Amino acid sequence: MKIELTSPIPGKIMKVLVDVGDVVNEDDEVMKIESMKMENPIYAPAAGTITAIGVKENDEVEVDDLLLVIEEAG
Amino acid sequence: MLEAFANGFSGLLAGFMHLQISNVVMIIVGCVLLYLGIKKDFEPLLLVPIGFGCILVNIPLANLMEPHGFLRTIYDAGIMTELFPLLIFVGIGAMTDFSPVLENPVTFLLGAAGQSGIFLTLALALALGFNELDAVAIGVIGACDGPTAIYVTAKYAPHLLGAVSVAAYSYMSLVPVIQPPIMRALTTEKERTVVMRATRKSVSKTTRLLFPLVITILGGLIAPMGLPLLGTIMLGNLMRESGAVERLTKASANEIANVVTLLLGISIGATMDGKIFLQTQTLIVLALGFIAICLDTACGVLLGKVLYVTSKGKINPLIGAAGISAFPMSARVVMKEGQKYNKKNYLLMHAMGANAAGQIGSVIAAAVMLSVLKGMGII
Repeated sequence: MKIELTSPIPGKIMKVLVDVGDVVNEDDEVMKIESMKMENPIYAPAAGTITAIGVKENDEVEVDDLLLVIEEAG
Repeated sequence: MLEAFANGFSGLLAGFMHLQISNVVMIIVGCVLLYLGIKKDFEPLLLVPIGFGCILVNIPLANLMEPHGFLRTIYDAGIMTELFPLLIFVGIGAMTDFSPVLENPVTFLLGAAGQSGIFLTLALALALGFNELDAVAIGVIGACDGPTAIYVTAKYAPHLLGAVSVAAYSYMSLVPVIQPPIMRALTTEKERTVVMRATRKSVSKTTRLLFPLVITILGGLIAPMGLPLLGTIMLGNLMRESGAVERLTKASANEIANVVTLLLGISIGATMDGKIFLQTQTLIVLALGFIAICLDTACGVLLGKVLYVTSKGKINPLIGAAGISAFPMSARVVMKEGQKYNKKNYLLMHAMGANAAGQIGSVIAAAVMLSVLKGMGII
């Protein structure tokens, strides 16, 4: 099943820590978003394979913007 | 000839001869503040000039805080007149986005609860025998807001200025250490894991423009004594939200704030003369300030628990801790603490709401306190 991770906070993408095709575990750190001058870790909502990434570094994001898609394992 | 030489030489030693033990202690204190600022990254923008000012004023015979000494000149011009904290406030207003509060008005309550420590500590200081004005200055450390504390103390209890500002700034940087244990002690694991979804209500530009105006006029009418604080922060905010005076907004938030921070810091440091600073009173002030911040946090979290119940479990009580105005530090603490129990919980924006409300709350609390004192005929 596809799971979409949307941005929980507004801010700027500081780092994208994964690539399409990477396998992640639930609660792995996948991105860092700078919001209110602070670095906020964003964690994977489920275990699986990254199938799409909707943002790149330095993009500005709003709440609910698509960050990435995970194809859930199993 | 030889005698003249000896006299000249003794002139070079005079500073050492006049050095008192209290000066030595304060020079060490100044070095500790520098160490905390430079090496430990505790509010370096403040602790570096404060620490250095403290060292300068404790070197004997230089008389930097005597009439016409350069530190005295800066102090009289900016602190005695309350000008420096007010200029900083314009900058804070220009830097702060109050929309998280407007999106979620319930956070106003948390910003108010986060100020309870001010009043509880005020009562405690009175019980310990401080006079009314000193007690007010001590209580206001609980505002967790440097410029507010300096403004009130400079005006009504200038002899406590060094102690109060050191307490205010050093505890503010210790917020990430002080708050989490209190937050954990007062909440259950279930409460801490409540996930709060981000709000997407957008606040209209008209609302953003009206907000600083309404707060200034209403707040000013209720507590005229606090109008300088409220008026300057809201002026900065109106400039920011209007978008029409970007140069002034930027100057307030950057250049003016930076210049004033330097002058403010060095003149605060200059109040830390060993003879005045090294008294038991200072230690009591530091202790009471610590209590004030703990009480603020506790009251904020407790109100958070009340909201948790009344919202049927939708509000995470942790965000109450952000009701103190250490901005944006305590919002960050809340976000981190929430993620510790549920990694998919991003409380940041909710905590920001409470935090920005706390910023206004501390100013209003100080304003109310001053107006009440005025009403009682004490000032």
